[in-house]
Amino acid sequence: MNPLRKLFRHPAGLFGAIVVAVLVLSALVSLVWTPHDPVFTDSARRWLAPTWAYPFGTDNSGRDIFSLIVAGSRVTVLVAVGSALGAGILGLLLASLGALTRRWVREGVAVLIDVLIAFPTLLIAMLLAAAWGGSLLVVIVAVSIGFGVNIARVTRPEIRAVLAADYVLAARASGIGSLGILRRHVIPNILPVLIVQLSWGMAIAILAEAGLSYLGYGAPADTPSWGRLLSELQTYIGIQPLSVLWPGAVITITVLGFNLLGDGLRDVTDPTLADPILSETVPASNAPVSPAAAAGATSDSSARETEPAHITPVSPDATEAASISETPETQEGTR
Amino acid sequence: MSLIVENLRIDFGARTVVHEVSFEVSPGARLGLIGESGSGKSLTALAILGLLPEGARASGSIRLDGEELLGRPDRELAGIRGDRIAMVFQEPRTALNPLRRIERQIAEPARLHGRLSKAQTRARALELAELVGLPEPAEILRRYPHELSGGQRQRVSIAAALSAGPRYLLADEPTTALDVTVQSEILNTFDTLVRESGSGLVFITHDLAVLARIADHAVVLADGRVVESAPVRTLLEAPQSELGRRLLAAARRTAFRPAPITREESTND
Repeated sequence: MNPLRKLFRHPAGLFGAIVVAVLVLSALVSLVWTPHDPVFTDSARRWLAPTWAYPFGTDNSGRDIFSLIVAGSRVTVLVAVGSALGAGILGLLLASLGALTRRWVREGVAVLIDVLIAFPTLLIAMLLAAAWGGSLLVVIVAVSIGFGVNIARVTRPEIRAVLAADYVLAARASGIGSLGILRRHVIPNILPVLIVQLSWGMAIAILAEAGLSYLGYGAPADTPSWGRLLSELQTYIGIQPLSVLWPGAVITITVLGFNLLGDGLRDVTDPTLADPILSETVPASNAPVSPAAAAGATSDSSARETEPAHITPVSPDATEAASISETPETQEGTR
Repeated sequence: MSLIVENLRIDFGARTVVHEVSFEVSPGARLGLIGESGSGKSLTALAILGLLPEGARASGSIRLDGEELLGRPDRELAGIRGDRIAMVFQEPRTALNPLRRIERQIAEPARLHGRLSKAQTRARALELAELVGLPEPAEILRRYPHELSGGQRQRVSIAAALSAGPRYLLADEPTTALDVTVQSEILNTFDTLVRESGSGLVFITHDLAVLARIADHAVVLADGRVVESAPVRTLLEAPQSELGRRLLAAARRTAFRPAPITREESTND
């Protein structure tokens, strides 16, 4: 079955996909329209309670919180996509270095990955922010490093496993070059793992942006961002405690959405479902056993030289044909 | 014009696993490399293609129609593999990429070396599928490897190996992983195709009965050394080496004397 259709039948995956779709949509819409100008301040409408016009109410300077959140999704999407790209490139680069090079380079890179993985992303971000000041770029670079190492850690053994596979040896014996091996065999086989990792990486990126903006290292002051909004509203928690809930809830749901999407993608691309050996054992046990095959299976008699007289010879092609026609149905059944 | 392996030696660090192995095969000739597991048969074949596992070092000489292959850079060897020397592997379950349709794999060497267009590759794939006797070839080409039986997959591998018309074919126990009836069928197909293609064959096996059906000349390997090199007929009638005698005895036990068992079973009925 098509993986996308399987994802839509996966409740958690479907929820995640919807959350992510809504996020991307609101970021796109906010480029041209928000209910109110998110940065327009008006002291006459401070701390309005939620109404139809201001669904999440207003803040201490009279800005519409709903519009701020819609506009803030731009930063979220930018950081998520930017970090996923950065982490993906860095991670694959490290993983390739750690999988494709000479033995000592490979082992060295593996150790480097293990060391780097010990650094928390937040610490990397704060180090970078201390040197260059807070900005979205710092957030993206920090998450790219922090999560890129994670991706390298997960994909390196996957690449090694593909390279050790018989079909890669067979492909090399066919005369395919190193680039061809990467393009036709390695990348398609690690893609499911990579996609899942990237969706988890996006969740981490969103959380990191919110955290860093909250601490003042992230988005600049004039850019609406969920983390910044949370930290601003939190100052007034004594005056308007409910308002903090909105950005908090939106961050939580979005991060949850990305995580669930990752889980869903992992389930629908589960390698055990596509494993040729596992799936083959199913039809084999169901397939009708022909007398000839049964005779061949006993080790001390040979059906090859002389067929025992009382056994009706069954041509091996018929046995083979029977087992193919069996395969697709059983395949459907196991899914 | 031949593939000549001379004094081939393969080392893993300080350990030598293949010592001074020599043989020669010409197009159309059929050589059997026979020995027990661990005797260095497969490594010898991999050394010819320059595909030894990491850490292994080959020395001696491997000449393809006069050109030395040992020590050539991988890039140059890649141009030879599949085109002039092809190989069929033992395990059909894992020798095909599970994510690619048969159509994309069966004519891969032909596409790589023949610079075929997309349409030509497709036509060649169908032609090959028919050639190796796959049932409903047009339908089977659209399938993925896990939707095929072991025997069918091995037919695909054989078709792929022959697709670019290699002058030499290495076959590493291509029927060992199959059950006996399928094995026999595949062996027949293989035999016919190799004969028709006129390729020189190096057939690796541990089973003298299989070797007797396929090869003309046998090289017996024990612990990485050639202990006997003789026409297959001679090996079957009067093996000179200890291993040759053991292999003959083993083949007799399993395959050469089914008669008493058949008789016993029919009298029981």
